[in-house]
Amino acid sequence: MEQPIQSPAAASAASEALASAIGARLRDLRRLPALAHEVAFEVEPDRLLEVCRTLRDDPELRFELLMDVCGVDYLQYGREEWLTTGATRTGFSRAREVNAPVDPDMPGRFAVVYQLLSITHNRRLRLRVICADTREPIVDSVVEVWPGANWFEREAFDLFGIMFRGHPDLRRILTDYGFIGHPFRKDFPLIGNVETRYDPEKKRVVYEPVSIVPRVLAPKVIRHDNRYEPALTAPELPR
Amino acid sequence: MQANSPTTAAAPASAPGNLAEIRNYTMNFGPQHPSAHGVLRLVLEMDGEAIQKADPHIGLLHRATEKLAESKPFNHSIGYMDRLDYVSMMCNEHAYVLAIERLLGITPPLRAQYIRVMFDEITRILNHLMWLGAHALDIGAMTVFLLCFKEREELMDVYEAVSGTRMHATYYRPGGVYRDLPTSMPQYQASKWRSAKEVERLNATRSGSMLDFIDAFAERFPAAVADYETLLTDNRIWKQRTVNIGVVPPERAMALGFSGPMLRGSGVVWDLRKKQPYEVYDRMDFDIPVGTNGDCYDRYLVRVEELRQSTRIIRQCVDWLRRNPGPVMLDERKVRPPSRVHMKEDMESLIHHFKFFTEGYVVPEGDTYAAVEAPKGEFGIYLISDGANKPYRLKVRAPGFAHLAALAEMVRGHMLADVVAVIGTQDIVFGEVDR
Repeated sequence: MEQPIQSPAAASAASEALASAIGARLRDLRRLPALAHEVAFEVEPDRLLEVCRTLRDDPELRFELLMDVCGVDYLQYGREEWLTTGATRTGFSRAREVNAPVDPDMPGRFAVVYQLLSITHNRRLRLRVICADTREPIVDSVVEVWPGANWFEREAFDLFGIMFRGHPDLRRILTDYGFIGHPFRKDFPLIGNVETRYDPEKKRVVYEPVSIVPRVLAPKVIRHDNRYEPALTAPELPR
Repeated sequence: MQANSPTTAAAPASAPGNLAEIRNYTMNFGPQHPSAHGVLRLVLEMDGEAIQKADPHIGLLHRATEKLAESKPFNHSIGYMDRLDYVSMMCNEHAYVLAIERLLGITPPLRAQYIRVMFDEITRILNHLMWLGAHALDIGAMTVFLLCFKEREELMDVYEAVSGTRMHATYYRPGGVYRDLPTSMPQYQASKWRSAKEVERLNATRSGSMLDFIDAFAERFPAAVADYETLLTDNRIWKQRTVNIGVVPPERAMALGFSGPMLRGSGVVWDLRKKQPYEVYDRMDFDIPVGTNGDCYDRYLVRVEELRQSTRIIRQCVDWLRRNPGPVMLDERKVRPPSRVHMKEDMESLIHHFKFFTEGYVVPEGDTYAAVEAPKGEFGIYLISDGANKPYRLKVRAPGFAHLAALAEMVRGHMLADVVAVIGTQDIVFGEVDR
């Protein structure tokens, strides 16, 4: 059966070649774990622009296209809503109870992920920047390197509240005019904070606090599947 | 469209003293305008008939698809993907299931890969027919729209026969496709409105299997494309409205993050199906059309040629699928529900079925970016999993979002009527722009 992209060996060889090319030009970038055919690096916020310019202009790298900018909120990362161990005693309410609260100011909460594409060399690269300050997350804008970043950064600002230093026009883009809050943050409720209806007395649409109660239908659960443990999925073992 | 009161932004004070002061007008285009292709609100600053500045306001169709997906098990969101770009449904599903499959480390059976490629191309034809009809209608050609929708209806029937719905198929699943291709096509019945003779004509290609029906479609479709071209390609009005409108040089197209026909129209040879092939595209024989000038006309030619190339791919898939029966879903209990037969006699299968459709399966920790060549460009899914049964973060990279961001630049200096041509050439669908 064929592999979806290329053989794993060829894919990881190509990835290693790209990683060493980047390592030779940009020192001290931390390589992030990724699938065999993907390459990901972490950039310090203060070096972002320098790194991006090199990635775009160096003839060996030439990442001409910025495909995507993605905000990430790591607040609930690895936290489950359903604790399997000893849950049988408590019944259905176990899924509705919120686990121990997390500190919303935890360091490293917000990150921005960039997907780059090189048409010249037919390669992809992923960059991640962790915002230094969680209360006021801010990173440099890459609009001057890739003009296409404009709306993607506006979106990350709108949905996560991540600010982009040097962005020419950092306005909200997807949410309503006059929207309050950043809806894709993990501590923003899925059903929102306000709802609208037409008020026949005031003869206009009014905003009110939501009248429904948030409810989790399928709780988030993390199960440790043996088949995904690296030691057990080594090639010599049967799956 | 309605003109608002003049703004304070005055034109350069070049007018001599006794002439009336000339000011730019701010005009509101949409959000409910037939050629805004959905819910686009454009705030245009006009100097007479010419556009000085355009500010697209989007988000009127924002449904927080990504956040919704983060709140439910992986398989529950496949149907949401159809509703992103709602004229190229299965391509969206494709990127999503591809991302899940890569994190799970599974590969669907070969037959499922061929089915996916075939339906990706059927979807491309669906999308381009919709685009061609709407684009021509916007610029003033009514006939093309009717002709396009005639063929589109046939392909919608294929969607319906394979998945049960005309649009929101939820047909691709991690590990393969939901079921094998049906062996028969639904037939028209005679009624008060359809005579027996008419029904016989309509059912002529529907007597065999679905593959026969698709094959018959692919057989006659190039002639239909030739018809569209007769109406448009050398049409004087069509050329006046599209040649040299919205020109984007190749370097600029790359800097702006264009992809798909928008990039190829500018002369950049880039198609994920060739350059980073997924599924069985590397076994397919087809060409990538590219433009030279990067204007609306070139992008039109590129998309029309893609209709023909997609037909070629479909025929190759039909040929292979006829000769090679086999499983269409991976025999992997984590991603495949148990059969109904097992469920009725086996308690464990019943439990498995229940857990599969409520809690779902867990996906190992990690992140991946999966991109497919959707009809509009690169449709990518960036998926972060923290080892749970739901995505931790799902980011949809919609091609239309990057294209619409460049609208202001593409229409600057053009006439108001050209805005409509540029919106048309970008092939904007708000389901994916607003998500």
